[in-house]
Amino acid sequence: MRAAYPPIAHRVRGLSDKAIAWIFIAPTMILLLAINLFPLIWTIQLSFTNYRANRPNAPLRNVGLEHYQTILSDPEIWQRMQATAHFVFWTILLQTVIGFALAYLIDRKFRGHGFWTTLILIPMMLSPAVVGNFWTFLYQPQIGLFNYVVSFFSGIPPSSFQMLGDVNLSPWAIIIVDTWMWAPYVMLICLAGLRSIPDYIYEAAEVDRASNWRQFISITLPMCLPFIMLAVLFRGIENFKMFDMVNLLTSGGPGSTTELASITLKRAAFEAWRTGYSSAFAIILFVAVFGLANIYVKALNKVKAR
Amino acid sequence: MTQFRTWMLAATIAGSSALAATGAEAQGKSLTLCWAAWDPANALVELSKDFTAKTNIAMKFEFVPWPNFADRMLNELNSKGKLCDLIIGDSQWIGGSAENKHYVKLNDFFAKEGIKIDDFMPATVTGYAEWPKNTPNYWALPAMGDALGWTYRKDWFSRPELQAEFKAKYNRELAAPKSQTELKQIAEFFQGRDIDGKKVYGAAIFTERGSEGITMGVANALYPFGFKYEDPKKPYAMAGFVNSEDAVKGLEFYKSLYKCCTPPGYSNAYMQEGLDAFKSGQAALQMNWFAFFPGLYKDPNVGGDRIGFFVNPPEKEKGSQLGGQGLSVVAYSPNQAEALSYVKWFASLDVQKKWWELGGYTCHKGVLNDPGFAKSAPFAADFLVAMGQVVDFWAEPSYAQLLQAEQARVHDYVVAEKGTAKQALDLLIQDWTKVFKEDGKF
Repeated sequence: MRAAYPPIAHRVRGLSDKAIAWIFIAPTMILLLAINLFPLIWTIQLSFTNYRANRPNAPLRNVGLEHYQTILSDPEIWQRMQATAHFVFWTILLQTVIGFALAYLIDRKFRGHGFWTTLILIPMMLSPAVVGNFWTFLYQPQIGLFNYVVSFFSGIPPSSFQMLGDVNLSPWAIIIVDTWMWAPYVMLICLAGLRSIPDYIYEAAEVDRASNWRQFISITLPMCLPFIMLAVLFRGIENFKMFDMVNLLTSGGPGSTTELASITLKRAAFEAWRTGYSSAFAIILFVAVFGLANIYVKALNKVKAR
Repeated sequence: MTQFRTWMLAATIAGSSALAATGAEAQGKSLTLCWAAWDPANALVELSKDFTAKTNIAMKFEFVPWPNFADRMLNELNSKGKLCDLIIGDSQWIGGSAENKHYVKLNDFFAKEGIKIDDFMPATVTGYAEWPKNTPNYWALPAMGDALGWTYRKDWFSRPELQAEFKAKYNRELAAPKSQTELKQIAEFFQGRDIDGKKVYGAAIFTERGSEGITMGVANALYPFGFKYEDPKKPYAMAGFVNSEDAVKGLEFYKSLYKCCTPPGYSNAYMQEGLDAFKSGQAALQMNWFAFFPGLYKDPNVGGDRIGFFVNPPEKEKGSQLGGQGLSVVAYSPNQAEALSYVKWFASLDVQKKWWELGGYTCHKGVLNDPGFAKSAPFAADFLVAMGQVVDFWAEPSYAQLLQAEQARVHDYVVAEKGTAKQALDLLIQDWTKVFKEDGKF
């Protein structure tokens, strides 16, 4: 006969199960409220004021939507958003293609595949600060390996072009570095997707004499799609906020060519100390990322449901 | 068991020693001085040992690399942090730090201790200590005089074959330039030249985008061409001054110098990159702060007889970008009395003499006006000349916003080749006007 266990509340005198559940989750809830919700509400409040953190004694004035209007009507802010969109689009595209291709290769068992997997994963384990610094050396026109490799294949003298100092090349320079660093991450997620596909589906396809290409289009890709979409979501959010690596590589230059939105935000908030203005900018960026991510998650759920 | 006892005994002794050391340290007082991490900071560490010996106050130091110095220290001040008791803050911070009461006002202290501000070079008092400018309100003691100057490869300049070639081309001696135009000609002369089997380049100049680099470099060209920040008769009136014909010529000149004569990949270079280029024998000329000159003179590869120094040459008029810093007491320090005693000690003539000997640039007239000063180091005479012609960037409380605007506008024009010099300066006036309007200056 199965023993009937009394509810836990019967054992802890005076407390219901619900109360005990609340006690367990309360620390987490308080922490979340303290480090997420409170700063968010405070930032929203500051965004309607002229507050500057470096002038705490200056009179605080409510400016209404002035900062929002200024930001949204500033052509230079839109240029920064364009630079950010260019960076996000190309990094995601390249990382997805390369990451999936690598996962597809690694998924096939071959000799030394564990070694190659580890080797491919190394870039994503490095700190962005380290990556930024050593790619600065790799891109150095006189001694950098990158220019020599390009020179070897193209015949162009290595010192004749500079990846970080050229308006046309610098946006691609940061895309290359980010792709190098994070394509392995996409690979890892895609690999999980590929390994989740049961073998019997492929066996059934082979019985039906489906070609490899047909199997890839009809089985591999659709079944991996939720994983790919998840990787795109993670990388999209991360790259929208990209700061450290780009700041180290170009500081937003040449001119403002690679000045992503997050670099502009940091400069406004912690160099110019326009706290109210930068709070409004942060809220705009937050709404943009949050809104896009929500739409995307809905699409992801639909794909999963299919 | 015996081994265990031995380990326990060792652990007990180690623990007791650590506790004893902590107790001893806690008994003595200590001060923390914050500054940038560079050669003169090492000299100050050495100098400050005398202060500790005299007062028994231990000195701790917080040195931050230049590109992060302003960010780190202004964050500290704005958050009313207690990390620094003393700070050697950049000249442009004086307005904000005075108005926001980050620094202790030193007038009463100077009067009480008999420290005469007139003992210090006037340009350094205005640049590092006064706010508002040209008023007797002192927030710092001039600590480290500095200006932008130039170094050149004296050994290359003295080669007979190069001298002959240069003379044939320009009809004058290959020597330190006397104008900005001559400077560019020398840079062009060396650009791409093969010296001792190595390709060398004309000039290492400032092009850095992230902090203040390109603004400082460009200013060193703008001032000699006649650029002014504002109408001397009407403060904050910038049209016709910031974007004057002379200013446009100055900015065009800087871009042409960048395009013709810098090493490849020199699009984001500041003081460290300049030092690297010069020390590795890549550049014939180097723009940099006088603060680095003692270290460069001692360099085994390019120092001694191989290096020469010169003041930023004039074009239409004289002008050098001011560097340097003043020593201030942080208002949030719990050790203000001890910090003030350091300031008093530092202000004395003997300490200032030693400061110069160790590699710091004193601002004290008692040292600078000494008949032997000009010959005390190969760059000493040039330092005196440079300090007599310095101009500083805005030192307003909103200097960071003004700086950011110039960084973006001039980098856009010089490095990213966006628009014309006139457009860049017109846009700069727009940006600066917006900042001054927000500050209620109009």
